[in-house]
Amino acid sequence: MIGRKAILARAAQLRARFEEAGGLAVETPILQPAETLLDLYGEDIRARAYVTSDALRGEQMLRPDFTVPVVQMHMAQGAEPARYTYAGMVFRRQEHDEDRANEYMQVGYEIFDREDPAGADAEVFARISKAVAGLNLRAATGDIGILMAAVQGLTTTDARKAALMRHIWRPRRFRALLDRFARRVPEPAARLELLAAHDPLAEAGTLIGKRSRAEIEARIEALRADAEAPPIADEELGALEALLGVRETAPYAVQHLRDIAVDLPNLTPAIDRLTARLDAMAARGVDVEQLDFEASYGRMSMEYYDGFVFGFYAEDRPGLPPIASGGRYDALTRQLGQGTEIPAVGGVLRPGLMLELEGAVR
Amino acid sequence: MSLKLGVPSKGRLMDKTFDWFEKRGIHLSRTGSDREYAGAVEGIDGVSLVLLSAGEVPRELAAGRIHLGVTGTDLLQERLPLWEQQIDEIAPLGFGQADLILAVPRAWVDVETLDDLDAAAAAFRAHHGHRLRIATKYHRLVREFLRAGGVADYMLVDSQGATEGTVKNETAEAVADITSTGETLRANHLKLLSDGVILRSQATLWRSRVASFSASEREALERFLDLVT
Repeated sequence: MIGRKAILARAAQLRARFEEAGGLAVETPILQPAETLLDLYGEDIRARAYVTSDALRGEQMLRPDFTVPVVQMHMAQGAEPARYTYAGMVFRRQEHDEDRANEYMQVGYEIFDREDPAGADAEVFARISKAVAGLNLRAATGDIGILMAAVQGLTTTDARKAALMRHIWRPRRFRALLDRFARRVPEPAARLELLAAHDPLAEAGTLIGKRSRAEIEARIEALRADAEAPPIADEELGALEALLGVRETAPYAVQHLRDIAVDLPNLTPAIDRLTARLDAMAARGVDVEQLDFEASYGRMSMEYYDGFVFGFYAEDRPGLPPIASGGRYDALTRQLGQGTEIPAVGGVLRPGLMLELEGAVR
Repeated sequence: MSLKLGVPSKGRLMDKTFDWFEKRGIHLSRTGSDREYAGAVEGIDGVSLVLLSAGEVPRELAAGRIHLGVTGTDLLQERLPLWEQQIDEIAPLGFGQADLILAVPRAWVDVETLDDLDAAAAAFRAHHGHRLRIATKYHRLVREFLRAGGVADYMLVDSQGATEGTVKNETAEAVADITSTGETLRANHLKLLSDGVILRSQATLWRSRVASFSASEREALERFLDLVT
């Protein structure tokens, strides 16, 4: 076991390095209002965060990460552009794996900047990468923005695009929706019956609850419209599937994506952003020729990354969670900003795991 | 020390459990006054009876304080996320059947599946400004079920009783509750989703994998298993 003292010392060192890089050291409360986190992540956050409560403030959560409080702090009072760093404990409820820590130290670095997203992505990645240099980790990278651009570029209804966008972070559900919108699976019999009915609500009986008759009718209308809309074309579906399968070193991935963009032209600006990022990373000394890129990477994480995503893994310790991870979360700032937004990217390190690996190396 | 068998301390569940063991030559009984939870075992040596609430049986098995226990699958799985590592199933007892199900108002003719529920939840949240509320006391089972089903934009609200009434009272839009028959649902203008069965539960005899067994307890266990399986 690595002692707490050693972890605290390492965390302080790492944070000091981020301060030298221009990060303003910040502290955030450990107790977070549960409502904010629940609204962002839904009930699933309860499986990952500890909930407590009192009669005055209601439900509170022990912070599962720093991103949300740092974003809130910045949106309330921060000047732009801004760089922040922090070190502190985060708390993760564990229900399936007792070996995973439920309380651990995180050190982070976040950039809020409108001018140069590629540069900010590259800077966060390079600084985190430098901090874990020597641990022999594999870097995984991806870009949720490319998948989002592909969905937005489909020749289909806005309702379908919205449904797919909503489930980008739930790969199985995304897949099921895609199969339905491409008519690869038969419509359930009950739905066909509903749509064929002259007055679908004839047999409905007493309506109870807050969801109104008008809402039910609106959904039936939406289902009718969807039934009349043509299926997503095979070429587009094929292109989207090819995209989800892209997993190569960055230069080959870019080439592959450019080929796919022939069928999904909407992808081109997103690929341009990827190449701009790779250029910025190369300028910071990252070996992009050997960098892995995976188009589906980051879809299983907590759903706020919507652009660049990355993680650093100890390959000889497959049971360990990522030693470092991060990404871009512009949409999160939009949701928390109540009308305002600012492009933001950040990453976190786990000094406890770093020390553990260093011990094993020695 | 003797082998400890935990059994629900009251009601039909206790009576039926006693009957089930009686048929297998083990006579269980409550001793002393009605208020005192003491019990006696006849027909097998080295086994003692621990009477406790059905809801406490999972915890006692997981802690290894009892070796054997009778309780419903629903309670066990809700309270012990790692139950497969802590508990073995010995035998379903064939009574106490109850399904944990997800139900919505019957008038929601557009909602038949989880897929529909998810779409309705998205529209509901956009319209009402809050997530679609599901009343339940089985938070963990329901949450895991909905996550596997890809349902988002819902909120679990706690309901420890009269759950079916929450929709009418507008404190929830849907419910996840134990139902032994469809009657209660119908009476409350609710319907089961076609893929809305979260768990099929019945009273079951379990063995703790955590409890330590002395040599004499191990012998008693073998005799016990010979009788009941």
